[in-house]
Amino acid sequence: MGERLLTVDGLSTHFFTYAGVVKAVNGVSFTLDRKETLGIVGESGSGKTVAALSLMRLIPDPPGKIVEGSLMLGDRDLRKLSDEEIRQVRGNDIAMIFQDPMTSLNPVLKIGNQIAEAIILHQDKGKGEAWKMAAELLDRVGIPDAEKRVNQYPFEFSGGMRQRAMIAMAISCNPDILIADEPTTALDVTIQAQIIDVIEEMQQAYESGVILITHDLGVVAEIADKVMVMYGGRTVEYGGIDEIFYNPHHPYTWGLLGSLPRLDQTEKTRLTPIKGQPPDLIALPSGCPFVGRCLYERPTCRNQWPALEIVGPEHGVNCWIPEDERREVRASLPHFQEYAK
Amino acid sequence: MSLLEVKGLKKHFPIKSGILKRTTGQVYAVDGVSFSVEKGETLGLVGESGCGKSTTGRAVLRLIAPTAGTIIFEGVDIMAASRAQMQTLRRDMQIIFQDPYASLNPRMRVRNIVGESLKIHNVGTEAERKKRVFELLEIVGLSTEHAERYPHEFSGGQRQRIGIARALALQPKLIICDEPVSALDVSIRAQVINLLEDLQDEFDLTYVFIAHDLSVVKHTSDRVAVMYLGKIVEISDSAVLYDRPQHPYTEALLSAVPIPDPHTERARRRIILEGDVPSPANPPKGCVFHPRCPRAQEDCTAAMPALVSTGGDAGERHEVACYFPARFKDGERSVAGEPFAGASPPASA
Repeated sequence: MGERLLTVDGLSTHFFTYAGVVKAVNGVSFTLDRKETLGIVGESGSGKTVAALSLMRLIPDPPGKIVEGSLMLGDRDLRKLSDEEIRQVRGNDIAMIFQDPMTSLNPVLKIGNQIAEAIILHQDKGKGEAWKMAAELLDRVGIPDAEKRVNQYPFEFSGGMRQRAMIAMAISCNPDILIADEPTTALDVTIQAQIIDVIEEMQQAYESGVILITHDLGVVAEIADKVMVMYGGRTVEYGGIDEIFYNPHHPYTWGLLGSLPRLDQTEKTRLTPIKGQPPDLIALPSGCPFVGRCLYERPTCRNQWPALEIVGPEHGVNCWIPEDERREVRASLPHFQEYAK
Repeated sequence: MSLLEVKGLKKHFPIKSGILKRTTGQVYAVDGVSFSVEKGETLGLVGESGCGKSTTGRAVLRLIAPTAGTIIFEGVDIMAASRAQMQTLRRDMQIIFQDPYASLNPRMRVRNIVGESLKIHNVGTEAERKKRVFELLEIVGLSTEHAERYPHEFSGGQRQRIGIARALALQPKLIICDEPVSALDVSIRAQVINLLEDLQDEFDLTYVFIAHDLSVVKHTSDRVAVMYLGKIVEISDSAVLYDRPQHPYTEALLSAVPIPDPHTERARRRIILEGDVPSPANPPKGCVFHPRCPRAQEDCTAAMPALVSTGGDAGERHEVACYFPARFKDGERSVAGEPFAGASPPASA
């Protein structure tokens, strides 16, 4: 196991809006080691992006606020850093790739300019040198004709190229942690495969820890080492990649896996969707946010959030169903019968 | 007789420039697409953005006027239909759109959205129409009290159900589903896919299912057509296509889809295509796929291969547009060194 880069403990980020308090992230804890990839999985509104933005202290305040928890980057507490210090952290220690490369690049600045900006800011390099580095970075992430491309504007790049440019920008200052927020969601599958390749390659080269935020369990299966499953602002389950896919303990994780059509399925089986709708983050139940959609809920679920239960090495779940009953129920689900074969 | 037969469908969009708005070029969005759909089956149309799959769907309904080609629906050539005839025909041909936010009028109540087509086509009396709207809402898993609400009061999945209810109102025979689940979350997506399958069984519907997500298409479709740059490059039974793809683009596309199973995923080999899809305004000469194709040879740059049956490997219907299709014999895959004779386009073309 590599060096521990990040320890997040009990992070809660809330938004104080006119309509009420939106509890976007509620007591989320995780760690990240060097060379490790953590996948954060969840549907829209599950709090995965807000958790990542909290790490960078990029939550707009007001209305947002990190209300609880500690965010330790090595031995530095990110919550206690001054604005100037956190600016040093962004880019240098933690860098981020966003979902939509068209809106996260400035349309009126040349690509080279945007990459060089971070280099000049963080590395004390001159303009000429920074531009040269920008071209080298573009070449590294697989953009042909980098020397020429560096002088072009974002609109002259295709979607995949823009995402490569975003990656070049993110790695320009050799960060320890790379956060990729739905990096391939806006891309076609063949381009998605290219971008995942680039991210993996860069992770190898720079020995970074990667936090991959996605709703696509296929992408997670491909590159993550461990997974955190979020629902309604809470972590419902976390564990190693094989644990989550082959030995999941939370009904929501079962639901997610059961509702996926698979390319390698030979027989036509019916999908098992999760009933109902995701919860309203303003009116979350005081207990488990999955109540109402969970097929196995009991009275306690509604009022009390279950304590973390360790079910294996590096595998934890928050659920009121007793462990032996969980195993029994899971064994009866069609999806896991197929795995058992 | 097939329910729908499309032959040589083309849709070219003119590129206009200059102050005189003269046409300076064409975007070859759909360029000679032929397929047929049997009654009760689901034909999947897959491809990456810009391959012309949505344009094909809309051109089939004449929601946009095709540039060329014939479309025969239940033996009637709808390209020759007048405006009035077309309106009658549209009772049988409906569409469900991708974006449930943009495809519902925010100022209309659900009962008006779902009941609008009934009114236009003068179906029944006011009271009967109201009853039918309630019935439709229940069919798609909403309740009658939702009828008085506006679209913004619903979640994405519920809005998609409203769109489906609207499409069902006139009891159509064919529904074009244009990316019906792409905008939905995983758990909701499965609900809508199951709903579409149930409706197909119950009302004997025929679907053309357009999507970019190959796992979804595989799950929903009986036959699948793969499109690239305005052309169909391969079409076959869904199970055969996924198991024994013959076109190199299909192979690459399938290999690029990650499977939500870490063990399988680690054992898979991925074919990574170089570069991006070329612009449909300036498609490559010869086979449209040749600049990115790992199997491209000289023959490929001369002319686009025709979409022809390769005879299948177990006698099934399997058509592919490639000079060097993969062949399967006794579970062995091979690619011939010599171009496949059947693929050569006729001399006149």
